[in-house]
Amino acid sequence: MEVIATRPESLTKTPFTYCPGCLHGVAHRLIAEAIEESGLTNKMTGVAPVGCSVFAYKFFNFDMAQAAHGRAPAVATGMKRARPDMHVFTYQGDGDLAAIGTAEIVHAANRGEKISVFFVNNAIYGMTGGQMAPTTLPEMKTTTSPYGRKTDDIGFPIRVSELLATLVAPYYIERVSLLSPADILKAKKAVSKALQYNSENRGFTFVELISTCPTNWGIDPLKSREWAKENMLPFFKPGVFRDKGEGVE
Amino acid sequence: MSKILMKGNEAVAEAAIRSGCRLYFAYPITPQSELIEYMAKMMPKVGGTFLQAESEVSAINMVYGAAGSGKRVMTSSSSPGISLKMEGVSYIAGAELPCVIVNVQRGGPGLGDIQPAQGDYFQATKGGGHGDYRTIVLAPSSVQEFADMASEAFELADKYRNPVMILADGMLGQMMEPVEFKAAKTDAEIAELGHQHESWCICPNEDGDMKHHHEINSLEIDPLVLEKHVNDLYAKYAVIEQKELRYESYNVSDENEILCVAWGTASRIVKSAINELKAEGKSIGLIRPITCWPYPYEAVKKALGKKVKKVYVFELNTGQMVEDVKIAVAGKVPVDFWGKVGGIVFTPAEIKEKLEACFK
Repeated sequence: MEVIATRPESLTKTPFTYCPGCLHGVAHRLIAEAIEESGLTNKMTGVAPVGCSVFAYKFFNFDMAQAAHGRAPAVATGMKRARPDMHVFTYQGDGDLAAIGTAEIVHAANRGEKISVFFVNNAIYGMTGGQMAPTTLPEMKTTTSPYGRKTDDIGFPIRVSELLATLVAPYYIERVSLLSPADILKAKKAVSKALQYNSENRGFTFVELISTCPTNWGIDPLKSREWAKENMLPFFKPGVFRDKGEGVE
Repeated sequence: MSKILMKGNEAVAEAAIRSGCRLYFAYPITPQSELIEYMAKMMPKVGGTFLQAESEVSAINMVYGAAGSGKRVMTSSSSPGISLKMEGVSYIAGAELPCVIVNVQRGGPGLGDIQPAQGDYFQATKGGGHGDYRTIVLAPSSVQEFADMASEAFELADKYRNPVMILADGMLGQMMEPVEFKAAKTDAEIAELGHQHESWCICPNEDGDMKHHHEINSLEIDPLVLEKHVNDLYAKYAVIEQKELRYESYNVSDENEILCVAWGTASRIVKSAINELKAEGKSIGLIRPITCWPYPYEAVKKALGKKVKKVYVFELNTGQMVEDVKIAVAGKVPVDFWGKVGGIVFTPAEIKEKLEACFK
């Protein structure tokens, strides 16, 4: 029998803990495939966040650490400085990275820490049950913004990629989405590029992945992708914000 | 090797480097600034990592990452900064990672002041962060001991895969005393240290067949698994309580009428008062806990001897270690306490006066 598709070796056999229709599984697979293709598997290590992907340390089939909420870039810094021969990534959601971990991500980026950060932005806290995130859209209803996010009260969503692109040190910053098969292929290229640069220790690489949360948005998986295209992408525009390897400053 | 006149902050930094510490992450705070500055100057010279973090929170999480990678790593701070680190210390204890944390205590609560104090005893010995865990706490009383504790702290941290705190204060950090250093570990010895944790730490799958999947983690979502983990931690702590108690008995004998208990800077001053009173024919013993956790309860109990009619505890706080002393004494004799706060250090004359009153 000819095998035409299989689980990447850099994923363990532990079943994912994600809801039906969730795109974390897609994001995990893209990262796992890209790690294998880069030949880094034996020297790869990653940091799981707090949030829906808190168990990511069980899913990747190499040494992994689990970090306190928002602290993954600091933990990754310690790992990379302790073992410069290894390659380190963090996997973080929007609550983890853009709220409680704002200081850690900004300063890891500003130091040009030689790590990759995969930032999954679905505009909501998933694991704790659908609370407002720093990336929640204006007027979007969540369990802690039951009347909609009021921008005169709590401000506007944070565009993290653009924010980090104001810093001099980051080597590569791109925002992609996971909302269609074509988008996923583009996302794969961005993830691969980040890991390629990581393998060459070029500097700080950051990929923001626009995603969905069907469960907490209360929208079915397919419609949630359409909703994200119509509502998230106009605010969180995909694009390359920095690519020193390609001369994009 | 000859003795060098050095501040405690610099001496502990030099001793840590000699002990094979090649990773140091910290944030500036008074009165431990000389420590971070010494590391900034010396780490590049030995091929080590010095990183000034954006916050105490980040610094302790960098320690978590580096300790999880199996390397000797240290951070340092003073009281308000140590409070910020406590989240990370809890994770480090939960994930069973070896590291050394130096607290050069200052006056509190809140921003307090920048003078010596012992107000962090509860925080250091009774947890500090959330959850059921223990930190091994070493309390120096001289610059020499402060320096010696660096290597001891790393040995204990590696042996038990547990955070170890050196609980000093602004006096020990700022004061200069002669100090003699142990020989520095060689590069080969440091490389060997790097291998000792490879059965569990973050390290490459060198042979390429993905033999290991190590997890640096404090999360156990299944209550039964977490129950076992916490019980295993407590079994480890019980071994530490058995094997790693350290204390000094000073002038302790069956002739003692008063037994003092004091730690760190406070104990030096109490010793001076005891010596003066000894010359006047008054017999007073001192138990100085060197490990504040594990606490030398039995040593305090035994030192009550035959004639001790009162135990006197002196601290630079409003009464923290005295609670452990009361557990040890268990009501056999009265336990008195006197302390000074606000960063004010008591004098030998003040202690002498308090002790003399016990003989009237």
